[in-house]
Amino acid sequence: MDLRHLFNLKKSAVALISAVLILIAFPKVFSQQAIPVDSIPSTEIKHTAGGEEKESISQTILHHIADSHEWLFWGHDDHKVSLPLPVILVTNNGLVTFLYNKHDKDEHGKTVFIENGLRFVNYHGKFLYASENPNEHGEYIEFDQSNSVVNALPFDISITKNVVSLFISIIILLIVFISVAKAYRIRVGKAPKGLQSVLEPIILFVRDDIARPQLGYRYAAFMPYLLTVFFFVWLNNLMGLIPFFPGGANLTGNIAVTMMLALCTFVLTTINGNKNYWGHVFTPHVPWWLYPLMIPVEIIGLFTKPIALMIRLFANITAGHILILSLISLIFILKNVFVAGIAIPFVIFISVIELVVGFIQAFIFTILSALFIGMAVEEHAEH
Amino acid sequence: MLLALNPLVSPDPGLLIWSTVAFLILFFLLSKYAWKPIIKALDERERSIEDALAKAEMAKNEMAKLTNENEQLLKQARIERDLILKEAKELKDQIVSDAKSAAQTEGAKMIEKARIEIDNQKLAAMAEVKSQVASLSVQIAEKILRKQFEDQNKQDALVSDLLKEVKLN
Repeated sequence: MDLRHLFNLKKSAVALISAVLILIAFPKVFSQQAIPVDSIPSTEIKHTAGGEEKESISQTILHHIADSHEWLFWGHDDHKVSLPLPVILVTNNGLVTFLYNKHDKDEHGKTVFIENGLRFVNYHGKFLYASENPNEHGEYIEFDQSNSVVNALPFDISITKNVVSLFISIIILLIVFISVAKAYRIRVGKAPKGLQSVLEPIILFVRDDIARPQLGYRYAAFMPYLLTVFFFVWLNNLMGLIPFFPGGANLTGNIAVTMMLALCTFVLTTINGNKNYWGHVFTPHVPWWLYPLMIPVEIIGLFTKPIALMIRLFANITAGHILILSLISLIFILKNVFVAGIAIPFVIFISVIELVVGFIQAFIFTILSALFIGMAVEEHAEH
Repeated sequence: MLLALNPLVSPDPGLLIWSTVAFLILFFLLSKYAWKPIIKALDERERSIEDALAKAEMAKNEMAKLTNENEQLLKQARIERDLILKEAKELKDQIVSDAKSAAQTEGAKMIEKARIEIDNQKLAAMAEVKSQVASLSVQIAEKILRKQFEDQNKQDALVSDLLKEVKLN
């Protein structure tokens, strides 16, 4: 039990540190190495003038793994082929809705448009309330001393690329599993067939290797949640690896999604926590004079577990995407097409590893959720 | 703060809302229409497989018991058959030996009777032969005597012979 705690804390610390390292190291590395290249397929490089070219590659990578209001297929600026997605803004004057291609010509906050009587600008794909006057670069944006934007944001509940990808994955999951369930109804008492026989071992894997060892005889109540989480995370990990339309959205590499999943586990843990679990938190098995130290640690522990879940999945998937994009970017950084001879095999290698990681992360997320729930519903703590 | 600034690690509230709603809908739909029937079917199938295996085991045991019983019966039947055969053989031997001894005594008896008869017949035959021979001898002797004593001289010769032989003591 205690070892598992340590293990999780250590893992979460490692994940947190690596996430921070990725965020700090990558932009720096790339901004130092990035040489102005005119063949990079980024939207920024073409139209940034003079000194601003250095941001290019790390910006491109971050742009690729970030959420977006349109689903870009290829090209850029006026030549781009993309699926514009509906923008929904909750503003002070009510809902504002429009398709993204209505206001996608200028993404640098230099053009003010009026919707529903309010002034907006499009700043790097995000919609902000426009400032009264433009700044020295002609942008209707205000910055504070630390160079962060101070403009107010409308509450953005747009159907973004990630939301569309989410819907696609949910539709796939519903179609697949409801049809499999139907197969079970029709073929009662017969051997599984087709899709059913493909998915049955995985369902049994979740039941026998994830739920039962962690939850014991109480596993049945949590099977629907664990199965849903497992297949949701796995499918989205895989879809994130597909570079074109139905995939490529990096949904499970988005911290909002992993936060939602971790919150679900946290809520389930908290709701199902029994006397034993809360007793472990508020009256730990230590001498009473250690209580002032241990109780806060245990309370922090309640929250670090879901936070570790959230960051682990996010960091793993995002790191994989960044790695693949970086390897491809090597071709443009070194300005030599023959680098592809080395970069592409590496990309394929990493992609194959990412296929495995996609499964492993789904497995880890599910088994840790089961473990946390199992700790909450356990009758007798083993000490 | 660095983490707050980077768009990667600042959760987007819009996406958070959409994903929460969508995930909960997915969870409820899948729970109701997929996981529940699937888990139920899997459990049922496992139970039926276990049942079938247990039943097969039972049938095997039953079969073994039956086979055992059959064998026992067969063995018993064989023993009984052997016994009956043995008895029959003994009886047959008894009958045969009885018949043999009966036949033997009967035969002996008959032979004895035959011998006695033969002896009797022989004796009768011998007696007859004897009487025949006697009468024939008498007749022959008579005929010879007649022939001999037709001549007077011969009679005289004989009387003189006989007289010579008689020694007057």
